[in-house]
Amino acid sequence: MEIFNIQGGAKLNGHKSLTADLEIITTPMPDILHIPLQQHIGAPAEPIVNHGDRVLKGQLIATSKGLISAPVHAPTSGIVKRIGDFPAPHPSGLPVLTLTLEPDGLNEWAALPEPLDIETATSQEIADRVSQSGIVGMGGATFPSAVKLNLGQRYKLEMLVINGAECEPYLTCDDRLMQERTEKTVMGIRVMMKALNVPKALIAIEANKPHAFKAMEEECANDDNINIVNVPARYPMGSEKHLVQALTGKETPAKGMTADLGVVVHNVATAFAVYEAIYLGRPLISRIVTVSGQAINKPGNYDTLIGTPVSSLIALSGGMSSEPKQLLMGGPMMGQPLPNLDVPIIKGSSGILALIDTETIDQDVMPCIGCGSCVMVCPVALLPLDMASRIQHEDMDGADSIGVRDCVSCGSCNYVCPSHIPLVQYFNHAKGRLKEQDIDRRNQDRMKDLAQKRASRDEKTLLALEQKRADREAYNAAMTKMDGKGHGTDNEMDIK
Amino acid sequence: MTYIPPMSGPYMRKNKSVRRSMLLVMAALTPATAYGFYLFGWPAIILFSITLGSAFIFEVMCLLLAKRSITMYAFDGSAILTAWLLAISLPPWAPWWIGVIGAAIAIILGKQVFGGLGQNVFNPAMVARVALLISFPLQMTTYMQPIPLFSSAAPSFMEGVGIIFGTSSFDAVSSASLLSTIKTDLGQGIALGEIMAGQYIPSDWILGNSVSSIGEGSALLLIAGGIFLIFGRIMTWYIPVSTIIALGLMATLFNIIDPSQYPDAMVHLFSGATMLVVFFIATDPVTSPMSPKGQIVFGIGLGLLVYIIRTWAAYPEGMSFAILLMNAMTPLIDRYVRPRIFGRTQKGDPIKLSEKA
Repeated sequence: MEIFNIQGGAKLNGHKSLTADLEIITTPMPDILHIPLQQHIGAPAEPIVNHGDRVLKGQLIATSKGLISAPVHAPTSGIVKRIGDFPAPHPSGLPVLTLTLEPDGLNEWAALPEPLDIETATSQEIADRVSQSGIVGMGGATFPSAVKLNLGQRYKLEMLVINGAECEPYLTCDDRLMQERTEKTVMGIRVMMKALNVPKALIAIEANKPHAFKAMEEECANDDNINIVNVPARYPMGSEKHLVQALTGKETPAKGMTADLGVVVHNVATAFAVYEAIYLGRPLISRIVTVSGQAINKPGNYDTLIGTPVSSLIALSGGMSSEPKQLLMGGPMMGQPLPNLDVPIIKGSSGILALIDTETIDQDVMPCIGCGSCVMVCPVALLPLDMASRIQHEDMDGADSIGVRDCVSCGSCNYVCPSHIPLVQYFNHAKGRLKEQDIDRRNQDRMKDLAQKRASRDEKTLLALEQKRADREAYNAAMTKMDGKGHGTDNEMDIK
Repeated sequence: MTYIPPMSGPYMRKNKSVRRSMLLVMAALTPATAYGFYLFGWPAIILFSITLGSAFIFEVMCLLLAKRSITMYAFDGSAILTAWLLAISLPPWAPWWIGVIGAAIAIILGKQVFGGLGQNVFNPAMVARVALLISFPLQMTTYMQPIPLFSSAAPSFMEGVGIIFGTSSFDAVSSASLLSTIKTDLGQGIALGEIMAGQYIPSDWILGNSVSSIGEGSALLLIAGGIFLIFGRIMTWYIPVSTIIALGLMATLFNIIDPSQYPDAMVHLFSGATMLVVFFIATDPVTSPMSPKGQIVFGIGLGLLVYIIRTWAAYPEGMSFAILLMNAMTPLIDRYVRPRIFGRTQKGDPIKLSEKA
């Protein structure tokens, strides 16, 4: 199959050999689980159990609120110890509403919904089940998957793309999943095709994962509708719009979605979660996490319950040989630093990385010398150095005018910058500022609108009063004429 | 655990730095420079050292005045590289004060007054060269025939010191550069063929065994250095290739129109500072456009300007003027020549699917 060029991109040192050949290990039950009620993009879920309740494995513990949201299920059976604020796995460490569960060790399943018959199930039924199972995009974006399985209703779709690129260095969780749970993953993909009502699917795998490629290809050998495609290992190949461009040659319009091109992209781990929800009725309560980095004694790929504290996962990996220079959730390019080791694994946690000095280069920031390396690697064809200099001068509108909001924050520019300028930091800052400006502007417009409406209302009232007075006067005049004597005084008092 | 302030990723970096880039450019210049030392002997080596040393001193002085970190900036290699480029574009036996004044102009006026590394509008080495050329035309146009190091006629180290510091005179065949000879002789009505007959041996020019400044003579070694940098991803091919094509086409065109007046492309490409400038000075990242398209526009503009200045203006060695003019154009090019953003038209609107699909 022809692979189309994508603009820019960087060849990264993958560091994948640390864990690429290690089989997935199911982690033992941790002592405590902290389950945040917001693990997805959208509105947080609302708890429906109380402190002290015993919950069963797979039981719904928080329901989704609103259109873009996802419910949360108990990862194991146990007692609800606490429902309250707990630090989120986010660099700020800000607290989010979290349900703390003490496992009782029985791992007793709740009554699960009946498996769906894939032959007879409708698109809506599949999407509903995916939604009820709390499945979100597991590549890290954590967008509720059901919303993206319903797109067939609004768009004319031609193809499902399964993102198995895993372009972030270190991470091997999708690689292992495709090798070890091949059949189930492909079954999940077929369910997704059915839900989207598309005739074909492409599974895109970066060239650095030959074993996963082979496994998937063998699995789909007899299926003409599913093709496995080797895409070059070039960061950020896993970016949705770029992957679609590499596979179809088509460019998603700015502000648009790949669905505009008739293509929907789902992560390969999401496909596996869909399999479990449809064929087994199981909600999303665990995921595969790569624990890696040179500070980790025994790196590995772990099938981990949602809510497991990062510290237990690291302990399981033989602990850390030295104090890490950088502790991350996700990959080293777009992942986020962890505020501490108590924070839990969530649905979008693809990796836990503990990097030592030599892996995470921390150097002095020099002035920009305009070398243009960032221009060459930008996958969106922006001019990072120009945007950064405008942002440094507080010219947010200037940065906006040259496309800072089109930036996907992939970090390629930052990666190659010889002056070590924190470009992504600038861009994220600018995006935040611009968003604030938008909200302010919208509020101002609203205020202006309301004020105007009020003014026109007042004007109408005044006009009405004026009219009334004129009517009265006319009436009085008429009466006076008729009676020959005045009623004026009384009426004037009325009007006051 | 240490507190890590919230910062956006990425948390891994390519092993690149400003210093590394500067050092690699110097490495690429080394063969051509070493060959220049061989051709022009001790005086050239002494002049080169004086220029670099004084540039470093001026850089440190400026950093002290500006209260900036000496360890961070003085050793980033940029001042040394600037002085290096200036030094190898000087006549080989120019007096010591040419090197010192040149370094002062380059570092203080060319770079530090703008705010230091990355802030200057014009290439500092070319600013200095042009200032010297205008202020000291005699010293800056006195070239000589090569006297290779270790040959019997070559000056010894002490004689070299004497030449550079003007304490002794030494018998050397002084000469004008090819381009200025052509210019003057054409002005006197001598036909081009006659001028070239005595002067122009193509192989010598390409190898660099010719009348030139210290490092610009050997086109071959300069091209090799440039290719090394392009493959080492220190610079891109856009500017060198577009400049060479534009200059080559102009020269060929006029040479076809009137061969008795206009030298051919070979003369323009392989003599004078052409190769030094297109590979090492026009590609100065600070003063050239940031996008590939902008760099191509820059290169074409440079090629045209060089030809125009060399052919019809008063300065046969017009490269440095052309560079400064194009440097001045760079902000304008950067403003109007921009890449098309992903998912948008060149104008910046989201692409329409019906047109694209």
